[in-house]
Amino acid sequence: MLHLENLSFSVQNNGQSKQILKNINLQIERGKLYGVTGPNGSGKTTLAKVIMGILPHTEGHIYLDGEEISGKNITQRANLGIAYAFQQPPRFKGLTVQDLVKIAQPKLKNLSIRKKMRDVGLCPEDYMDRDMGSGLSGGEMKRIEIMQVLARSAKLAIFDEPEAGVDLWTIQRLVDIIVGIYKNNPEAAALIITHNRNILPICDELIVFEEGKIRLQGSQAEIWPLIRDDIVCQVQDTCRGEEII
Amino acid sequence: MKLNKLDKNLLNTISDIDHIPAGAINIRKDGKPVLRQSSPNILITTGETGGLIVEIKPGTKNETVHVPVIITKTGLNDVVYNQFIVGENADVTIVAGCGIHNDSHGKSRHEGLHEIIVKEGAHLRYVEKHYGEGSGTGQKVLYPTTKIIVEKNAYAEIESVQIKGVDDTVRITEAYIHEKAILKVIERLLTHGNQYAESDIKIFIEGKGGSGQILSRSVAKGNSSQIFRAALVGQNECLGHVECDSIIMDKATIKAVPELIAEDSEAVLTHEAAIGKIAGEQLIKLMSLGLTEDEAVDTILESFLK
Repeated sequence: MLHLENLSFSVQNNGQSKQILKNINLQIERGKLYGVTGPNGSGKTTLAKVIMGILPHTEGHIYLDGEEISGKNITQRANLGIAYAFQQPPRFKGLTVQDLVKIAQPKLKNLSIRKKMRDVGLCPEDYMDRDMGSGLSGGEMKRIEIMQVLARSAKLAIFDEPEAGVDLWTIQRLVDIIVGIYKNNPEAAALIITHNRNILPICDELIVFEEGKIRLQGSQAEIWPLIRDDIVCQVQDTCRGEEII
Repeated sequence: MKLNKLDKNLLNTISDIDHIPAGAINIRKDGKPVLRQSSPNILITTGETGGLIVEIKPGTKNETVHVPVIITKTGLNDVVYNQFIVGENADVTIVAGCGIHNDSHGKSRHEGLHEIIVKEGAHLRYVEKHYGEGSGTGQKVLYPTTKIIVEKNAYAEIESVQIKGVDDTVRITEAYIHEKAILKVIERLLTHGNQYAESDIKIFIEGKGGSGQILSRSVAKGNSSQIFRAALVGQNECLGHVECDSIIMDKATIKAVPELIAEDSEAVLTHEAAIGKIAGEQLIKLMSLGLTEDEAVDTILESFLK
């Protein structure tokens, strides 16, 4: 469905060109869940932003269902079926949770919005009319962000570290929902950027980034055994050895 | 009484009424009253200066009084002095507001002085919308002044809104808060083109346990300019907070001057002021949900001023 061909992205810094993504080739197929992992700064979020059209790639091509979409802007790509759940969603003063979900999916009726809220662990009574300004916690913002992308029924949904700031109970439920919607779905695919060792093994395909390049790519069965120890180690470093998911 | 379609549109915009409501109402058109009706609890009479005296009986509950002003004649300089007395323990809403239609090149101006007394234990919501329209280059000018006294244990909320079409406005609000009384002043303002808007709010919190709050949200577009001054004077053990938040666009200018004056060591006064353009992340987020850039800007501004 989505095909990235020799894709590169560079930025200019003090007259010097720095490549953030280097010659990426990737084929995303419908019905599959893709786990994207790798160290911080390896280019994962940049890749997501380039696919969404937020950052313009400097070389290569992006095809969606055979059509080159490199020249399309964010809105056009959104309307073609690409959705992106931000790592750090922005806040909006005066816009309610309900308003934002209705922008994401104007066809949704109130009853469906309430169901979607419960799916991500938010009580509709408490959150429907909550302001998207400064009153919500990071974890709440994240759940609302994921809910919007789920509501869009996108062809390709990209989740950027969906687990960050979300409690254990909710993340398990979110994972179940994402798996339920995207695994074996003949219409859609999902790309999950994550370090989470509970999410990565349930993906169909794994892509490991390093310094702007794809270091490893293949089925979960092939790749997971090769990176499992790195992932566990990395997590344990950040949590000082305490067991977290 | 004659109200044409244009009058009705203006009325609808400033007071959300598309027909004459039951209850107390006074419509002033081009400097003259064209409709007046009192209700059993709300008495509207003419004062010595020719303005209104609106007396709300003590204990009146859940009633609304509409006192809109519309101006459709060019060159008119309409000055009015109105008085509102909200009786003890009443709970009412006053919907004021001024709409100007000016198709010519001459200036239309309205200067409204409103004096409001909210008696002990009463609860008031006062809404004032300002709006201008018309095809000519004639300026639509509004100079409203509101003076309000909030007596012991009373609560008042002043909400003033100016979203469109007023070329020049200087709004002055002066308030006196007594013991355990609360006043909340909410302003929402959008200026565009070459418009100028100034708001000058001064709240004196005189009584022990009094509380005053000023919340301002504004958007300045085009070449417009805004000045916002908000002063809280704490003269007793009290709480006061000023919050002004503005979005600036194009070549507009905004000046925000929050001022806190404590005259008692038990006064707790705070302020927050922020001016900034629309965050790029907000636009990108909404565009990633399928909105165009223009739709995203409109959505952000509309919700910000909601």
